[in-house]
Amino acid sequence: MGTALTASLVATHCPYCALQCGMSLSGATVAPREFPTNRGGLCQKGWTAGSLLNTAGRLTTPLIRRAGELVPTSWDEALDVVAGRIADIQARHGKDGVAVFGGGGLTNEKAYLLGKFARVALGTSQIDYNGRFCMSSAAAAGMRAFGVDRGLPFPVTDLDNADVVLLAGANPAETMPPFVGHLTDAELIVVDPRRTATAERAALHLRPAPGTDLALALGILHALVADGLLRTDYVAERTSGFEDAWRIAAAWWPERVERITGVAAGDQRHAATMLAGATNAYILTARGSEQHARGTDTVNGWINLALALGLPGRLGSGFGCLTGQGNGQGGREHGQKADQLPGYRKIGDPEARAHVAGVWGLPAESLPGPGRSAYELLDALGTDDGPRGLLVFGSNLRVSAPRAGSVSEKLSNVDLLVVADFVLSETAALADVVFPVTQWAEEGGTMTNLEGRVLLRQRAVEPPEGVRSDLELLRGLAIRLGQPVDRFPVEPETVFEELRRASAGGIADYAGVSYARLRAGEALHWPVPSEDHPGTPRLFLDEFGHPDGRARFVPVDHGGPAEQVDDEFPLYATTGRVMQHYQSGAQTRRVPELMDAVPEMYVEVHPDTAIAAGLADDDWCLVESRRGAVRARVRIVSSMRTDTVFLPFHFPGDQRANLITNPALDPISRMPEFKVCAARLVRP
Amino acid sequence: MKVVVIGYGMAGARLAELIRAHDPDAAGIELTVLGAEPHRAYNRVLLSTVLAGGLSTEAVELHDEYWAEKNQVDLRIDTAVRAIDRDAKAVLLADGSHVDYDALVLATGSRAWMPPVDGLSGECVSAFRTIDDCARIVARARAGASVVVLGGGLLGLEAARGLVGRGCAVTLVHPKARLMERQLDPGAAAVLRQSMQRLGVTIRLDVEVRRHVAGQGVELGDGSFLPADLVVVSAGVRAEDGLAARAGLAVDNGIVVDEALRTADSSVFAIGDCAKPPSGGAGLVQPAWEQAAVVAARLTGENSLARYTGTPMVVRLKARDVELAALGDVHATVDDADAEVVQVHDPARGRYAKLVLRADRVAGAILLGVPDAAATIVQLYDSGALAPSDRLALLLGRALPGAPNAASPGDLPASAVVCRCNTVTKGALVSAWQHGACDVAGLVSATRATTGCGTCKDAVTDLADWLTTADPGSPRAVSHCA
Repeated sequence: MGTALTASLVATHCPYCALQCGMSLSGATVAPREFPTNRGGLCQKGWTAGSLLNTAGRLTTPLIRRAGELVPTSWDEALDVVAGRIADIQARHGKDGVAVFGGGGLTNEKAYLLGKFARVALGTSQIDYNGRFCMSSAAAAGMRAFGVDRGLPFPVTDLDNADVVLLAGANPAETMPPFVGHLTDAELIVVDPRRTATAERAALHLRPAPGTDLALALGILHALVADGLLRTDYVAERTSGFEDAWRIAAAWWPERVERITGVAAGDQRHAATMLAGATNAYILTARGSEQHARGTDTVNGWINLALALGLPGRLGSGFGCLTGQGNGQGGREHGQKADQLPGYRKIGDPEARAHVAGVWGLPAESLPGPGRSAYELLDALGTDDGPRGLLVFGSNLRVSAPRAGSVSEKLSNVDLLVVADFVLSETAALADVVFPVTQWAEEGGTMTNLEGRVLLRQRAVEPPEGVRSDLELLRGLAIRLGQPVDRFPVEPETVFEELRRASAGGIADYAGVSYARLRAGEALHWPVPSEDHPGTPRLFLDEFGHPDGRARFVPVDHGGPAEQVDDEFPLYATTGRVMQHYQSGAQTRRVPELMDAVPEMYVEVHPDTAIAAGLADDDWCLVESRRGAVRARVRIVSSMRTDTVFLPFHFPGDQRANLITNPALDPISRMPEFKVCAARLVRP
Repeated sequence: MKVVVIGYGMAGARLAELIRAHDPDAAGIELTVLGAEPHRAYNRVLLSTVLAGGLSTEAVELHDEYWAEKNQVDLRIDTAVRAIDRDAKAVLLADGSHVDYDALVLATGSRAWMPPVDGLSGECVSAFRTIDDCARIVARARAGASVVVLGGGLLGLEAARGLVGRGCAVTLVHPKARLMERQLDPGAAAVLRQSMQRLGVTIRLDVEVRRHVAGQGVELGDGSFLPADLVVVSAGVRAEDGLAARAGLAVDNGIVVDEALRTADSSVFAIGDCAKPPSGGAGLVQPAWEQAAVVAARLTGENSLARYTGTPMVVRLKARDVELAALGDVHATVDDADAEVVQVHDPARGRYAKLVLRADRVAGAILLGVPDAAATIVQLYDSGALAPSDRLALLLGRALPGAPNAASPGDLPASAVVCRCNTVTKGALVSAWQHGACDVAGLVSATRATTGCGTCKDAVTDLADWLTTADPGSPRAVSHCA
């Protein structure tokens, strides 16, 4: 296991977040590598990533459930069984009887081929992915405002010259530490209900009550206009829709916003003044503002503020969203999303269908239409008109989906659950068939990082015996489902060549990106429409993505959390991340050094709140909501709001934060409300 | 159903919006809105910002010119109502026409009260109530002009502050012994007076105005004379309840309504400044909007049991450089037996904070010059949540117990995390030192400290310096580097 391909170092990227830090691997030994995003820095997750290659629980043989137990089997048998059961389900329940669930950690090649597999080999409309739980609100808001969704429409290194950066619901000091190296010269305005590691670096920390970020964005916009700081020239020349947006913001004067958010009116004005007074300013959002039932509107609220300040599309300033998962950007562009075809095309758009079907050599009418979004898909499993079978790639739903108790039950009751993973994740443990697939350094492929730059992640080690790539798995199934052999290639570069053609002419146009150019070290940010195109590190400098070239103010209004606190559940529970763990923890919980640092679930509680619940530091407690209870160890944190508790979501079993989260969905992005629900603390 | 709203101010406009939000296609409700002013509805709360020069009058309009058409509202501005014929269920307009209703909502607001002072009229006198008042004041408030503001309540103070900002010489005259006497205790009022004076507003308390001489100024009860190019009157408001009274509805400084905001005539409602519900709350926009929501819910059938049970009153001064919030019971004193009262009095720095708690919950507060505390305490007051046990921190606002910067690395506990990106504690660094990593580079390679975001470089360097110079008995004594 972890056999080095060559004696020398192989240049690769970290397996975790969207910063995709440069690192070198020698066997399973990691060394940091100079790369613009991390400039030779790594966090503890990156440093210890090599141990994943030798992890004890590594799967090396397919598993099949017999008499209730998962037992080893051969690839051929596993593939035969799965193909047979898919055919059986689809014969009884139609093509949509089988669904696919993907992930934002999958390479572009896998994400692309997974979408094609669903639409072509399965013929199902039922495909979505965990990015719906991550970037969907940012993506939808970006599309509305700019006509293009690229997390950062500028290189990360542009931030080095910022004077002021507002971070809305972003905690990069924990979630992507080397990124903070780009913010050292800027004054930070941090919007977060908690005094996070990032907030501790802030010049101004605004602490809105959970679920009130949009009111705060409206208040700062109001202050900006009332203090005469609106960039009227920019608004007139480069945007549309200001008047309608203002009419709403006019009703959110800072003193009114103060009452809703708890952020002092003076601090709102101060934020407006700091941003307007900066030569170079940026507004960046992340999950804290996005993972709400009004997440899309909230992001548009921040974009409205950025537009009023004249930031987007101006060299040295801008608006961006910090992408979370390793390939959260590329993963949302190439067709594993319910409503999407490669190149960020809409599946309902006849031209888009014709183009992609042409690349696939199929009639456009053979492609299914849009399917259910992630949570709706999971919630429909096993229902009368819902899917009866589910294939999961690169996702650990039992831990990461909202209202996880109910989702686990649905997963247990489907006719067929297939999971492809490299370890027996909590979700894989429920499966009927588990396929052992390659991870990260064992396979080649491209990733698109948080700045829209396409990276080549080279294979650095041989996979263990018995392990195959997801691409091989898809082909194995496709052939058994009657597809021609050459329709599902297994070489990543071959898949990428097809992806280039499929994305050509789309918003996320990869037509000019090639492995050869990437190997030569070119920094290619999409769109790259042709081989002689240098890529687009900065979008919007001349025009925005809408047909009229203007960015749009979107008239958005504050609504508040979907679930309000009451006498029975008097606290807001908010969820998030810690530095040592990544997503559901399926990987990082297998790294001893990370587990030594943060071994178990905890809940951050204000001392008074703990006393009121009869709890002391280090006690185990239950955090309960209307949907369930999660077990957590109390951490007394005196900077917490007294009405709010915080839970990281990386832990399994009865320590899953998502046992209590609210699956209320954003009407546009279908993002669940991970960031706020009503809860109470109970002594067990 | 035909619904007629008399009044196109903040309450009437909000009611119309809420009705249309629930009935966007006008399937259930045929809606007529009658406005007396010749303007579209505007945000009255922002008039002091307009006066101060921050916003244009256009910027405070609530609706654009297409709003009525888009929302299928029969909107008639500049339309005076002569009478209500409750028997015929019709509103008679000044032009002689009438509008029939099934439900009538009075949202007529209030009007500025002009004290009975000789000569208090004419071009150089203005109330501060409407957008036209505002335009009139702005037109005369050129830099250097002398302005007398009559009335030391919330609006008078906001007007005075805005006019000083425009370069006017402002004197505020208040007949009572202290500013905002209903919302402030004497201590707070005194600090507020100082703060306003520091900003350039001259304050005259406890004195009546005897007469106004147009173009010259006002003479006060003590015989002194204040020159004035402009007199702004902000001496309080009176509910516009005359129409209701003439229609035979009960009024008592406002149209008397029940918790459903209904008058004795079940077809007639009243909301906003003109209404007098059992638990009052006139004069602020929040109650008006909450009342609009109740009536909209009843009229659309969204919630036919909706009730208005009062709004926690929070008074918040909107004046640049004066942060003032007052809420609830402000007059309890530190001697009060059944209340816990915490007070900070710092007139030199323009700060006065008073917190009144009952049963560990915020019952009232005055917060002047402590903006962070105001934000938090208002939330506690609104939610009725238990107040944090550290009352002083609560009252001071900024006293967040963030991690203090340790004076010396030696003072840090061994468990203190120095490099967060790699979970490296002081203890781990010391131990690395003891095992031979005797400089910064050595510590970095042994522990990975500084290799994440890099912002702990200084801390690690300090720690290395400390380890180098530490006295005997320190870890260095047992180090291999000794």
